[in-house]
Amino acid sequence: MIAEATTWLAPLVAQGDFFTDRSEGSATECVAENKTVCLGWAWDNADRFVSPTLEHLVLVGLSVAFGFAIALGMAVLSHRRRWLVPTFTGASGVLYTIPSIALFLILLPITGRGNVTAIVALTLYTLQIIYRNIVTGLGNVPEAAKDAGRGMGMTERQLLWRVELPLAVPEIIAGLRIATVSTVAIATLAIFAGAGGLGEEIYTGGLLRDVFKTAIVVASGIAILMAVFFDALYIGLQRWLAPWRRVRAI
Amino acid sequence: MSALAPAPPHVAASFLDTFGGAIEFIFTPRQSVGVGGDVGGLGQVGEFLATHVWISALALAIAVAIALPIGVYLGHRGKGELLAVAIGNAGRAIPELALIALMVAFIGVGVLNVTIALLILGLPPILTNAFVGIRQVDRTAVEAARGMGMTEFEVIRKVEFPLAVPTIMGGVRTGAINIVATAAIAPLAGVVTLGDFILNRNVYGEEGVLAGAILVALLALAVELGLAGLQRLLTPKGVRAQVPHSLFGWRFARRSVNAEA
Repeated sequence: MIAEATTWLAPLVAQGDFFTDRSEGSATECVAENKTVCLGWAWDNADRFVSPTLEHLVLVGLSVAFGFAIALGMAVLSHRRRWLVPTFTGASGVLYTIPSIALFLILLPITGRGNVTAIVALTLYTLQIIYRNIVTGLGNVPEAAKDAGRGMGMTERQLLWRVELPLAVPEIIAGLRIATVSTVAIATLAIFAGAGGLGEEIYTGGLLRDVFKTAIVVASGIAILMAVFFDALYIGLQRWLAPWRRVRAI
Repeated sequence: MSALAPAPPHVAASFLDTFGGAIEFIFTPRQSVGVGGDVGGLGQVGEFLATHVWISALALAIAVAIALPIGVYLGHRGKGELLAVAIGNAGRAIPELALIALMVAFIGVGVLNVTIALLILGLPPILTNAFVGIRQVDRTAVEAARGMGMTEFEVIRKVEFPLAVPTIMGGVRTGAINIVATAAIAPLAGVVTLGDFILNRNVYGEEGVLAGAILVALLALAVELGLAGLQRLLTPKGVRAQVPHSLFGWRFARRSVNAEA
């Protein structure tokens, strides 16, 4: 299968700058032997990883932002209409169950190859986790706090935005944390939707180029570091925005 | 981004035709768009589906066999919470594509390597949920069981495990979906699953790719439904009454977040 795919991409590979990179420069031997990681080559070619990394960040950032906006809307909508909760949970659950690579390619004939398809699919994925956590967070708000708000003369709407949602922040951030970390991982598959990102370096730059190990290791490493970075970022955000309580994401 | 050929312009315009063609691809063999020979049809679909199912089932069985005892034991002893949670978090951060690519690069292609890769992605949610599920069992119930003279093993088997079934099965379902999803890119590592349709546009054509995606999606939904049914069978009646029916929802754990004072 790899052989077939390589034949298919052969003209593209031959035209690329890649083989030139592999035969010139300081790390020629290492690359020619396809050793585990050719740090020299990676250092010389650091540029080629910059734009996939930025594309990856954009895919993740936009998808989580859209996902959060939609999930928040769903949560607000279902907050006083409890019968909507199972509907929304079920619907987002069905989407979450569909493997990402399948969803990318099912959307492809509708939205076309490229970043739009990737962002739509990744956004749909984040809904389940973020929505579920907002609902859990709203459910955990102490009755006493709500009563106090009502006692102060708040309307239901004011209560939601000024009391309930702020008190649900720990759970909401826990949800965003899981959603973001998973999206960083899933976004590597966006290459199959014709979008960019680190998957391009892993697949086109690594697997399809005679399994070039350095490209695979470096791109995978960046993806994992990005997930770790976001994880740490959310822990910081959590401590800053909701210092009164720690919620552990499971 | 530009490495792959853009889709023909007519595709976006008439996606309903493409969907129709994809359904047709599943049932009737046709001439390959690239290499010679016929592709598609129920025969080939069945063959790829069988590979997809058995390699997923194998990986899931091994994952359950490894992760469940460890998770249940740690949960019972109340030890290793940090480890159990960290493994769950780390599992989510592993990109499937990177894992398969690293397998191909350093261990090679083949059934064993793919099984290991699938295993790595299936294990974490099962371990974490087993731990959390057992840990969340009401301590008074456990004390009562001990008071009745149960051995530690009986406490696990008769009290903790039945009460933790919904959460444990939530982990198994997540693990199974991870495995089925990752098996879709197993053809990159030489195991021809339904993902072969998805990954070889030059052989199966636009409609074949879509057919593969639809089949993979349906398989995942079927697995989810099947395991949800199994969960209902395994959950004791008394517990079932308290747990809202959860289909496609609330999968990671009944309580997705653990509040700490």
